[in-house]
Amino acid sequence: MTTRSEDWDEMIVLLGPQPRDFSDLAGLARELQLEGPVALITAAWQENESDDGALTDALGLSTVNLELHRRSEDVVRGEPEFIEAWTARQKHLRHLQEFYRLRLEAIDDAAMAINVRHVDDRLIAEQNAMTISQLRHLDEEHLRRCSDIRFEFDHKWNPGELPTVKKHREELAAMLNDCASIVISGGHVVALVNRLRLFDVLRHRGQRPILAWSAGAMALTDQIVLFHDSPPFGKNLAQVLDFGLGLCPGIVAMPDVSRRVHLDQKEGIGRFARRMAPAHCLALDPGARITFREGRVHELSHSGRLGESGDVNWEWTP
Amino acid sequence: MTDLIEALHEGTLDPDRVGALIDGHDFPFVRDGIGTFLWRGAADEVRLRHWIYGLPSSQPMELLEGTNLWYTSVPLPPESRVEYKFEVQRKGRARWIRDPLNPHLARDPFGANSVAHGQGYTIPSWIHPDPECAPGTYDSLIINSDAFGHRAVSLYLPARFRDTRRYPLLIVHDGDDYLNYSSLGHILDNLMGRREIPDMIVAFTTSPDRLKEYANDEHHARFLTEDLVPVLEDRLPLRRQPQSRCLMGASFGGVASLSTAWRYPGFYGRLLLQSGSFAFTDIGEENRRGPVFDPVVKFMNQFRADPTAISERVFVSCGMYESLIYENRSLIPLLEATGMDVRFREARDGHNWENWRDRLREGLSWLFPGAFLMMYE
Repeated sequence: MTTRSEDWDEMIVLLGPQPRDFSDLAGLARELQLEGPVALITAAWQENESDDGALTDALGLSTVNLELHRRSEDVVRGEPEFIEAWTARQKHLRHLQEFYRLRLEAIDDAAMAINVRHVDDRLIAEQNAMTISQLRHLDEEHLRRCSDIRFEFDHKWNPGELPTVKKHREELAAMLNDCASIVISGGHVVALVNRLRLFDVLRHRGQRPILAWSAGAMALTDQIVLFHDSPPFGKNLAQVLDFGLGLCPGIVAMPDVSRRVHLDQKEGIGRFARRMAPAHCLALDPGARITFREGRVHELSHSGRLGESGDVNWEWTP
Repeated sequence: MTDLIEALHEGTLDPDRVGALIDGHDFPFVRDGIGTFLWRGAADEVRLRHWIYGLPSSQPMELLEGTNLWYTSVPLPPESRVEYKFEVQRKGRARWIRDPLNPHLARDPFGANSVAHGQGYTIPSWIHPDPECAPGTYDSLIINSDAFGHRAVSLYLPARFRDTRRYPLLIVHDGDDYLNYSSLGHILDNLMGRREIPDMIVAFTTSPDRLKEYANDEHHARFLTEDLVPVLEDRLPLRRQPQSRCLMGASFGGVASLSTAWRYPGFYGRLLLQSGSFAFTDIGEENRRGPVFDPVVKFMNQFRADPTAISERVFVSCGMYESLIYENRSLIPLLEATGMDVRFREARDGHNWENWRDRLREGLSWLFPGAFLMMYE
C-alpha cells in the first residue's frame, strides 16, 4: 500500500456524474496522486456491481471491490428472519414516503391556489413564507420518523451481531485496512445507503480519502433529497428521503442538476433553497467537485449554490 | 415572409411569388392555431383529407388564380398532431397522396400519412434509440391454446434480465403494430434504461381476427388468462400477483383488455387502455357503428350498468380528434366510482398509432413507477 500526501487525509471529494470512461474521476485521482489499492463501493449499480473493469482501468490503480450488493444477497440467504423483518421495514418506509409525498402535494396545491388570488402582495408573501414553513416542518417530521423506524429496527435486531452480517463486517474491515482510499459510485441511492448502513463499512474509513460521485455523494451528506423536474407524470416536488451518513454535513448534494432541474425557473429554485436552508444546495453537474475537509465544505470547482433569490451562484465560495 | 401567407389567404398573392412562398416556409404553415396546407400540381380538384373528428373530413382546396397552387387552412390548435393526405382528382381519377412539402410521416398498417404538428407539439425524444439505454432481447413462443390452438407470442426481456429476479408482465394486444408503428421496443428500452419503469417482461400478442376476438370474446380472455399467463409464469421469473400483471391495447385492443379483466376480476391489477372502442347505447342495443360493434356495445352496456373494480389501477388515453372521445370520457367517472385508481389523459390527436405512442411514457410509468427518482448515476 502506498500512502498519499497528508494533505489529502480525511478529505472527501464529491463529484458529479461521470462520463463512460470515468475520465473526470481518473483525472482527480491523478491530481491527488492516489495510489492503490482503492476500495470500490459500487453497490449503487446493484446487480451490475461487479462490472468495474472500466472504472479500474480508468483509475490505473489496483482496486478491491467491496461487493456490498453481493454480500447483501448473502445476508438474504443467511438470515431469513432478519430479511423478512427488513423487507417489512422497507415496505413501511415506502408507505411513509408515499404518504409524505401526498402531504407535500397538498401543501403545493394550496400554495398554487393562494398564489393566483388577486390580493395584497404582502399577504401573498406572508402566505408563501407559511408554505416554506409547512414544507420544512413536514420534511423534518418525515426525517425524524424514518430515523426512528431505523433506530427501533436496529435496536431490536442488532444487525452487527447476526452471524452473516458480522462475518461480512469483519471481512470488510480487513479489506479496507489494506486500502489507501475509497471510491463510491453513483447509481441507486437507496440501494447504496442501505448497504453502507447494513455493513457499517465507513466506520473503518480511518483517514482514507473518499471520492464519491452522484448517488455516492448524496449518501455521504446528512440528508438525502430526491429531485427531478421532468417526471414522467405527477408534480415535480423534491422530497427528502432520509438522513444520509453525515460525513459531508450542511449541504444538499444535487447531481446532474442542470439536466434534472429547470434552473431558469427562479421562483421554484428560490423556494427550494429556502426550504432546505441553512443547508447549502450545491450543484454537482458533470465536472463539478466539492471538497470537504474536517467535515466542512473547503472548496468548490465547477459547482454552484442554489440561492434563495432563485439564481445559481456559480462563483460561490464557502 | 409571412406576408406571403397573408396574401395567399387574401387571394392577392402574386403568382410570381409562389416559389418564394414555398421556399420560405415549412408546410403546413402553422400560426395562431391555423394550419395552411399547400399542394402544387395539375389537377381538376384537390381536397385535404384528414382524420379530425369534429371537422369535415374532406375539405376542398382553393386554386390560386394564374397558378397550379392549391391551398386551404384548417384550425390546428397548439399541441395538435393531425394525420392527413391530399386527394387529387384529375381526368376522372382520384389519388390519395402524401404532402410532398412535409417530411413528417406516420406509418400504420395501411401505409403512411403526412403529419401536421400544431405549435408546441414535439416528437418525444424517448421514442428514439438511445445509446445510453441497452436494448432488450426478443424471443418467441408458441402457445398451445385450448381456446385458439397454436398461437405465436413474441417476448421482450429487459436488457438487465437475470433469472434470479422476478419481473412484472405486460401483455400487449396488437403487439406487432405497437412495435412497428408506435416504437414500443425503443420506448421500453428507454423507459427501463432510465428507470422510469421497472424492468419487465412483455408479451406481444396478435390476432388473426381481432375484430371478433377482441370484442369481448370469452375465448380470447381464456387464451390470455388460462393459457398464456400460466405458460409464461411457468417458464419465466414473473411476479405472480395482480399488481404485476398488465393488459394493454388500443382501439379494439382496449376493449379486449377491459373485457378480459372483467371476465377475470382481480387477476390483472394494471390496465392501459388507449382510445378504446368503448361504444355503448343508453337505450336499446342498436348502434351507429355497424355490426362489428354489436358485441362491444352489448359488453359495454353490461359493464356500464354495473361497473365493478376489476383491476387496481387503470390508465386511459384518447385523442380529442377521434369519435371515441365521447365514449372514453364518459367511461372515466364509471371507472372511478368503482374505487379503482384511474388516470385519464386526452391529447389533441386522432385514432392512430403515434397518438398511442406519445402517451406510453406517462401510461406505463404511472402504472409501473420506476426508480428514476432514486437514480443518480
